[in-house]
Amino acid sequence: MSENKKTIVVFSGDLDKAMAAMIIASGAAAMGYEVTLFFNFWGLNLLRRPEAVCVKKNLLEAMFGWMMPRGARRATLSKMHMGGMGTAMMKYVMKTKNVSTPEQLMLDAQNMGVKFIACSMSMDVMGIKQEELIDGVEIGGVATYLGSADEANVNLFI
Amino acid sequence: MTDYTLNCRGMQCPGPIMELFKQMKSAQPGDTATISVTDMGFKKDIEAWCRKTKNELVSLVEDAGVITAVIRKG
Repeated sequence: MSENKKTIVVFSGDLDKAMAAMIIASGAAAMGYEVTLFFNFWGLNLLRRPEAVCVKKNLLEAMFGWMMPRGARRATLSKMHMGGMGTAMMKYVMKTKNVSTPEQLMLDAQNMGVKFIACSMSMDVMGIKQEELIDGVEIGGVATYLGSADEANVNLFI
Repeated sequence: MTDYTLNCRGMQCPGPIMELFKQMKSAQPGDTATISVTDMGFKKDIEAWCRKTKNELVSLVEDAGVITAVIRKG
């Protein structure tokens, strides 16, 4: 176990939870720690490029892709979303208080050396292809996660 | 010995420690950084940051909503 390693499982694609994960990740990187984030299930949507990418999908995959948010910019609050009003209000307040947007926080985290790993099984289930993901994302499975988690002394599930 | 000045006023967590981390990475041991921050969580954060990154917190003062810390690279 190394005191220098931290991992976070980013399971949720909610705006608020994603922000918590990114702030902890960037903060940990700024403390000099080696940080790895594992994105699976709804969290995977945070890694999607904001623009539509032309890839071959079957009907179900295409439907999934169409129904789920493309990227952190479209993430919504886990509470008080209120058909978009609540999320818009929260984003407005955060902007006035100079809080970075989730997509900016993700970029900052990557620039600080935080590693992003997408779960291959979740990608397969949700029909998300690598071409649809932002740059700098590696693909791995549960053994990759466990290997990192075993070496780390902080492992969060968000 | 160089003294770096970082103005992180108006920045939210974790902005200030990220800026400090980047600055200290390129600094030489013994160099100092003076950082001014308006995020009130920074007062506790900087103590933890210095302890964990093995840098020395030389001074920490709060005046009129601005926290100013001097850190020496260890």
